Amino acid sequence: MNHAYDVSHLLAGLMLVASFALLYQDRIFAVLNIFAAQAVLLSMAVGWEAWTQQRPHLFVTAALALGLKGIVIPVALHKMIVRLGIHRDVEQVVGVGKTLMAGLALTSLSLLLVLRITTAAESFTREGLALALAIILLGFLMMISRRNAVTQIVGFMSLENGLILAATGARGMPLVVEISVAFSVLIALFVFAVFVFRIRERFDSVDVEALEDVRGDHR
Amino acid sequence: MMTSVTLVIAIPFFSAAVLTLVPGYRMSAAGNMLAMFATFLSGISLLFVNPEVRDYFIIDEMNILFVILNTLVGLTTSIFSASYIGHEIETGKLTPLFVRFYHAMFLAMMGSMNLALTANNIGLMWVGLEMATLITVVMVGIYRTPSALEASWKYFILGSVGISLAFFGTILIYLAGQKTLGEGAPAMTWNLLLASAPQLDVSLLNLAFIFLLIGYGTKIGLAPLHAWLPDAHSEGPTPISAVLSGLLLNVALYGLLRFKMIVSANSEAIQPGPIMIVMGLISLLFASFMLYQRRDIKRLFAYSSIEHMGLITFAFGMGGPLANFAGLLHMAMHSLTKSAIFFAVGHVAQAKGTQRIAAIRGLSVTHPGLALGLAAGVFAISGLPPFGVFMSEFLILTTTFARAPWLAVLPALGLLIAFGALLWRLQDLLFGEPTEPAYPVKASSIPLLVHMTLVLIAGIYLPPTLAAWFERAAELLK
Repeated sequence: MNHAYDVSHLLAGLMLVASFALLYQDRIFAVLNIFAAQAVLLSMAVGWEAWTQQRPHLFVTAALALGLKGIVIPVALHKMIVRLGIHRDVEQVVGVGKTLMAGLALTSLSLLLVLRITTAAESFTREGLALALAIILLGFLMMISRRNAVTQIVGFMSLENGLILAATGARGMPLVVEISVAFSVLIALFVFAVFVFRIRERFDSVDVEALEDVRGDHR
Repeated sequence: MMTSVTLVIAIPFFSAAVLTLVPGYRMSAAGNMLAMFATFLSGISLLFVNPEVRDYFIIDEMNILFVILNTLVGLTTSIFSASYIGHEIETGKLTPLFVRFYHAMFLAMMGSMNLALTANNIGLMWVGLEMATLITVVMVGIYRTPSALEASWKYFILGSVGISLAFFGTILIYLAGQKTLGEGAPAMTWNLLLASAPQLDVSLLNLAFIFLLIGYGTKIGLAPLHAWLPDAHSEGPTPISAVLSGLLLNVALYGLLRFKMIVSANSEAIQPGPIMIVMGLISLLFASFMLYQRRDIKRLFAYSSIEHMGLITFAFGMGGPLANFAGLLHMAMHSLTKSAIFFAVGHVAQAKGTQRIAAIRGLSVTHPGLALGLAAGVFAISGLPPFGVFMSEFLILTTTFARAPWLAVLPALGLLIAFGALLWRLQDLLFGEPTEPAYPVKASSIPLLVHMTLVLIAGIYLPPTLAAWFERAAELLK
């Protein structure tokens, strides 16, 4: 069984690397490519779990990760960006260096926290959970450190990759497939919202900063 | 039991599907009311079934109360919504196509809240809450003005983050139960988790509760996680504000309470009480000070909802039969009163064509009926006797005074501050030189009357059977 652990750790580790790579991209297409790569890695990790845990229905989650998040959404966002003419640099609220330092701190936090409190659990669950929590926290960091609506969506989707990884890593957890479908609906709605509400048309930019002008803090 | 549960969930979803095909807005509004009436009847039928536990669904004294409250407020809101939406169509703020979509979404939201309330599987409960949240996100943005889109986006981002954290907490609960209950569905079944709570993995349980508190706490609107709440309330259609404040916050708190029951049943795990007391008090005090700075009438009452959810969280944090009883009673009273206030506010905003408090003056002269309804609601919510809110607030404060006198000073202070702010604003709205414009509105007064009568009756004389029911539900909470 040892190489079953090794492979899933390798895939989860690569997903974490992709999360870090997302943090320092300064071009919006690069962000989409790396996110697609992370989704492909997720589908491989979930597929591997489906095979080793002998839970064939997890292949549905794997296929969903590959098809929707690996191909359809990146392509749709790519087209949308070209059509809206916003393929410029990603504006960052916090500098790259500081963001990466914060990312390192969050990763060590999740490793220290999860490994310490789950001493009773099986070794795979522990490490898989630690890596998944790190991916989730890095997703949060990406949502906070970018101002662009598209990169906020990508940050959320990367966070959700971590959640699916954690759910499939928890051996025998029921409803994972249903929940991953529910999450896909959520994400599709996100993209749909940007499309339909046409944030750009109304605000002349997808910069979330433009929305700040109409916020109601003083009402 | 299963038929009632199935009906409570299936009627709204089925009618939502039917209403997407109904063209005219009058017909779909009538269909909405009819569907909510049928749902309410099946909610009432739960009173006559014995509490029962199935693999995926559970019915006990606690959630029967919530389901009935949910369906009742859903019914009255659908009546209010019919007259509200009629006005929005006349003024051209909404097109018939959007209204058709709105009615279907309203019913789907009621169905998913009922699903979350009756679920015995913590994953299923999460799905119900997630769906209800997503639907309200879409409804908040339905006017498509820049500020509505901003509110919707903010709610979307914060709501999704809350949902994700709650899901991670759910995974951790599953892992905590996996050792004792084995792999698969049992470790996600709430009643089995509660029964084996003393054997659950303590450190995983602790971490899970923190994630669940922050995740569902975002949905409850506890400060500092409340940022989406005032925007969502003020920018969406008022019937949605009424169900957001009156129901969705309750359902999220109900979810948190189910987890609190598991965690407090394990004596070695962290005590959820003190954490909930602190978060409740922060929300209560923060919101009551913020009330003074509001310039938008719907935002004012949104902050008042944060204040009351804080008080309720505080009450459940105190725990014990009396505080839990008071907390449950206050949830019901707040839900009825706050939705009644939003019914009045919705018509006031339509009559004046604005939500700015400064532009609404002299309502007692121009719209005496609405002014009376609004005044009754605000008196009730600020805790004046003889309304039911006074009863529950009094109970919360006295039980706190009996057990921790110094701690009781803070909620009492918060309530007083909020009382001042609300009455001050109410005086501005009702009296003074009437401002222009003042359109006549065809307000339907039944929903408001029903709610205020119930709150008044509960304040003067709480029927013993109902009180006994609340007591049994409070006992379940320990």
